[in-house]
Amino acid sequence: MTRFLLPLVAFIVLVGFLLVGLGLNPRQVPSPLIGKPAPEFQLEELHQPGKTIASRDNLGKVWLLNVWASWCVSCRDEHPVLVELARSGIVPVYGLNYKDERDLALQWLQQFGDPYAASARDPEGRMGIEYGVYGVPETYVIDKEGVIRYKQIGPVTVEALETKILPLVRELQG
Amino acid sequence: MAIAPRVRRRPQNLPDMLTACQARLARILLLACLLLALPAGWAKEAVPVAEDPELERRMLALSEDLRCLVCQNESLAASRADFANDLRREIREQMKADKSDKEIVDFLVARYGDFVLYRPPLKPTTLLLWTGPFIFLLGGSIMLFVYLKRRNRRVADSTLSEDQRRQAEALLEKGKGRDE
Repeated sequence: MTRFLLPLVAFIVLVGFLLVGLGLNPRQVPSPLIGKPAPEFQLEELHQPGKTIASRDNLGKVWLLNVWASWCVSCRDEHPVLVELARSGIVPVYGLNYKDERDLALQWLQQFGDPYAASARDPEGRMGIEYGVYGVPETYVIDKEGVIRYKQIGPVTVEALETKILPLVRELQG
Repeated sequence: MAIAPRVRRRPQNLPDMLTACQARLARILLLACLLLALPAGWAKEAVPVAEDPELERRMLALSEDLRCLVCQNESLAASRADFANDLRREIREQMKADKSDKEIVDFLVARYGDFVLYRPPLKPTTLLLWTGPFIFLLGGSIMLFVYLKRRNRRVADSTLSEDQRRQAEALLEKGKGRDE
């Protein structure tokens, strides 16, 4: 009896592991930056060349940093959600315009709407490396102390917004 | 990463133009040419414009062991993704700034996590990963040992009793009759 039972149990365990593995998303690499201070930046503002925006100016408020680019296809998917969020005024969204060209980025915002309080330019993706960006879009929730509390990899969906981001934002806003 | 499909086209009248022997010779020559051309072509692609070949070697050696997060089964050295290019540039710059390999790896791990490492560190969460193969090896060895022990015992007392011998002979006798 055990002769057949043992391999069968081993097989079922293996299938169980594979089933769980199939459900996991290999793109969801947990960020080590969660719970760490957000890397500080002082970068050129997209709309006003010559002016800079600094992450330090956002201390004291909860804000979202959304990494986007005009060449990024999934950014279009999430864009209406961000525009809607900006309109609601719940939490300010700042943009990190990642490896993009100024003209194209501005044109893109004109076409799809501009939900950003301001967009910082990162034409060479250096700030992206600081933030551990590896796939655009990515969105960070940063608290009043300037600590990263959550990272959304991939588009912000309505579901992610309602089940994760907004509850967290409300909690952080206190 | 999507790669444009390469369509292989062969002129329709090729077999008419060449005899089978010529065609084979041509094919061998073509293959030889391709083989000769390969290393040069590769070298051109793998090594981006670098002023300092020594630094480039060091950068490539280090990025061999680092995972490209965009195309996750490729190393940073091998990947042609834009992202890998950026990180190679970052590594190159840090090497120029006299950072040690360890400092650079720590820099990347701080931003991208242990996932960038192809050799994950030994930690409580990776304990099973590191010891798993040895546990399996041990388990397998024990199973093999027990099996061999049991088999030995069975082989050892395999002499037939008088009853069994008669039974076997009866069966053989019956078999004979059927064959004929």
